[in-house]
Amino acid sequence: MTQHVSRRDFFKMSGSLAAGAGVAAAGLAPATAEAAEVGSAILPYKPEVVTRAQSMKVNQPEHFNFPDASSPCQAVKMGQAVPGGVGPDKDIVAYSTLCTHQGCPTVYDANDRTFKCPCHFTIFDAEKGGQMVCGQATENLPQIVLEYDAKTDSVTAVAVEGLIYGRQSNVL
Amino acid sequence: MTIRKDRVALPPVNAQKTNLTCHFCIVGCSYHVYKWPENREGGRAPHQNALGLDFRKQLPPLTVIMTPPMQNVITDKDGRRYNIMILPDKNAVVNQGLSSTRGGRLATIMYTPDGVGRERLKYPRVHTGDQWLDTTWDAALHLYAGVTKRILDKHGPRELMFDTFDHGGAGGGFENTWGTGKLMFTALQTPTVRIHNRPAYNSECHATREMGIMELNNSYEDAEVADVIFAIGDNAYETQTNYFLVHWLPNLQGATVDKKKKWFPGEEVGAGRIIIVDPRRTPTVAICEQAVGKENVLHLDIEPGTDIALFDGLFTYVVDQGWHDRDFIAKRTKGFDEAVKANKMSLEECSKITGIPVDKLKQAAEWAYKPKAGGKPKRTMHAYEKGIIWGNDNYLIQSALLDLAIATHNVGGRRGTGAVRMGGHQEGYTRPPHPTGEKIYVDQEVINGKGMMYTAWGANPFQTTLNAEQHRETILHRSQIVKEAMARARGATTDQMADAIYEAVSQRGGLFLVNINLYPTMLAEAAHLMLPAAHPGETNLTSMNGERRMRLSEKFMDAPGEARMDCLIAAYIANTMKAMYEKEGNAKMADRFKGFEWKTEEDAFNDGFRQAGQPGAGPIDSQGGDTGYLATYALLRKAGSNGVQLPIREVKGDKLIGTEMLYTDKFGTDDGLAHFKPAPWPGLPKPVAEQKAKYRFWINSGRTNEHWQTSYHDQYWDFTRDRYPMAYIELNPEDAKGLGIASGDIVEVHNDWGSTYAMAYLASEIKPDQSFMIFGEPNGVMNDVTTSWTDRNIIPYYKGTWADIRKVGSMEDFKRTVSFKSRRFTI
Repeated sequence: MTQHVSRRDFFKMSGSLAAGAGVAAAGLAPATAEAAEVGSAILPYKPEVVTRAQSMKVNQPEHFNFPDASSPCQAVKMGQAVPGGVGPDKDIVAYSTLCTHQGCPTVYDANDRTFKCPCHFTIFDAEKGGQMVCGQATENLPQIVLEYDAKTDSVTAVAVEGLIYGRQSNVL
Repeated sequence: MTIRKDRVALPPVNAQKTNLTCHFCIVGCSYHVYKWPENREGGRAPHQNALGLDFRKQLPPLTVIMTPPMQNVITDKDGRRYNIMILPDKNAVVNQGLSSTRGGRLATIMYTPDGVGRERLKYPRVHTGDQWLDTTWDAALHLYAGVTKRILDKHGPRELMFDTFDHGGAGGGFENTWGTGKLMFTALQTPTVRIHNRPAYNSECHATREMGIMELNNSYEDAEVADVIFAIGDNAYETQTNYFLVHWLPNLQGATVDKKKKWFPGEEVGAGRIIIVDPRRTPTVAICEQAVGKENVLHLDIEPGTDIALFDGLFTYVVDQGWHDRDFIAKRTKGFDEAVKANKMSLEECSKITGIPVDKLKQAAEWAYKPKAGGKPKRTMHAYEKGIIWGNDNYLIQSALLDLAIATHNVGGRRGTGAVRMGGHQEGYTRPPHPTGEKIYVDQEVINGKGMMYTAWGANPFQTTLNAEQHRETILHRSQIVKEAMARARGATTDQMADAIYEAVSQRGGLFLVNINLYPTMLAEAAHLMLPAAHPGETNLTSMNGERRMRLSEKFMDAPGEARMDCLIAAYIANTMKAMYEKEGNAKMADRFKGFEWKTEEDAFNDGFRQAGQPGAGPIDSQGGDTGYLATYALLRKAGSNGVQLPIREVKGDKLIGTEMLYTDKFGTDDGLAHFKPAPWPGLPKPVAEQKAKYRFWINSGRTNEHWQTSYHDQYWDFTRDRYPMAYIELNPEDAKGLGIASGDIVEVHNDWGSTYAMAYLASEIKPDQSFMIFGEPNGVMNDVTTSWTDRNIIPYYKGTWADIRKVGSMEDFKRTVSFKSRRFTI
């Protein structure tokens, strides 16, 4: 399901981004091995520390914005390992909270651990990678790719799986 | 696009823009197709993209629906690749910019070599007895026509069986029902035809039509202004989604009160209320309660198969209360007194049979039929679908329901009323009359060894017919006889192969099976020949929706390989037959196959839909009626997303003017009156009652939101396949516990008629000893356990069977990846 980006790969990619922008704009294919890493096959997300794993309480969502201030997200600790889960217990997941159908803000229902959209009654399962349980979307809820650093206990958002509602590209 | 699917390409301002009506459910939502070269995209500023939206910042909710599945990259025949984006049309009266989870995948299901359509049939294929072989149309049709001709010449047309669509949308449409109909009924003249979802050639609405009322008699707007929506055996949120979301809900939420005041001055109006008849607590029930409060929703969760008793009880009570419309009954109907007598049932008896308390029955009657202030009659729209169509005696339920609707003047021209089908597919019927008018139970003929050739045309009885296990096993056995004959015909020319097949079907009980479809489907196992068909977008196509709104879907890409539209396949077959008869100098037979000189689908449209009722055309049954000739492709193109509601009344300038509501003056009978029909409560049919006595669980069945029809596309799309890797069956958690069954387990469902398998999905909303299994799926055929019982018109009772359920295993992967949370919205 979720493809994790390792920290090492991530730094490699983000490091190359800064170097790559100018070259890509010039439209030239660089010849050296080092310069061959310019550009990015994936969108240039800026990683953002979301929370500390130890501070999270099971089934209590925490709000954050990613990849920018106009994209509301929630992180939830499930209390048991789930697909895409990170942290010491592999149980922390996060999603864009905008319904993929028409962008209405979904509501986290702690009773059955789903995100629910009041506009057209779409339900997404927070414990199954945002899978649509029932509803009118054609995509699951975009899952935020998270990384966990045991040293600092930090949970960092690094990318998004799936298109956030109301955008041509997740990175504006 | 990256694997993360986190960006899409924007259509540039100069992208080609055409109309496409969603070809899935009856609602027929309107979409626009944008097409532009693969390597280009529009800019993010509003003036730089075709949508006119500012993608430099986050768009607010409800601005647009534009998701990765609404985009694809297709290849035309010249090898050029194009982006396509298919978005719902905001200016369309039907869906007003909304897409459902089915229509939202219209771009995804268009053919690409590595996409959902990768398994599409691209070339005709012939089975050599050992393997499938791609072949040319000429060779394939030489074999098809060769076998057909041998059978027709020596045994007559009854041996040529057809199983074919009769509807609109994909695998249908006015062009294609005409093309296939003309081939079957005018040229071949075979009576042995069944329709794609039932075992004979018959209407699903015999009773209501005999009563003078065609089943699509109002407009979607009537649901907006009804006092009460009486929904019977339908689950609109999941199966007619945008009709429900755009037209029903606003009424229930009070958003249409101003419209009601304007339309009905001086009349008591308010937010609408809804009565839902369904043994199961459906997602629609839950959503209605959530959206408008339980106090405005009445769920009559009747005992399975007791609809007739319900309507007889309500009819009797309403007449006793004097809530019927005496003046209307006197002037525009006949047979009222006989119906009152035949349908007589006290509320107490009704309650005993249906399981609904008397108080609740009274409440339903008061909501729907008790006159408003000043004695004005309520405006109640009756909307029914498969709970009745596939219920306990289709003919009698429709009679009982329509008696109630007619007596209360809720059909016959008043806005906000109607007695209508919700529908499954879109409609699109134009055919010559059936040659004999017989209703032949084709499945039983096949099982009894009759018939020599079976053409399944956009149909898949293996997944959908009743008594499916016996039917499938018989066909496989009879098909194998032909396969062996074909395998033995080593080095045979096409004519020699036709001889070998003919010998197997005429002498040894074989059945030659031809499958004309988009995909091979489950029928490929039994087929000997497969012909590739096309669908909307790859061709132009006209259909009409549940309010008779006809639109033209425009071609925007080429069909894969050599796939063709059904009407042109029919023409190709007819022309091949004609040439064969001409070659042997049989002018009389050659003459029967004349009139298929069509180059395009528009030729077929002009030959059928536009000829109905015209001098010299001969009899044609057409949903366009005698004014179909007014519709041209050019005018329909101009009419765009909103099309025209049939029948067309006139053309003003270049505008087609249609009809919003039927039967304002007279009904569809010879005397113009609505005819009441006696409908006494019959109890359960014997074979069904036998299963009920013997087995524990009622096996209810139906559709789910995320699947369209037999999942012919959806089985290849990860979004739907990951969600439902096999057909699921909802079970009551306590029942399941007793049987050691958990969600994600595989269970066997079995009774005297057959056995099938499903993935258990525990749902607290399911009553004890009941279940609900997904209908028509490739992986878990629910109909393996239905009986062969039909009503008097050969309409099946798919929803009436009982079986036992046992755990056979468990799939850890299902448990890990599939959500088993409640599909009923509550918060």
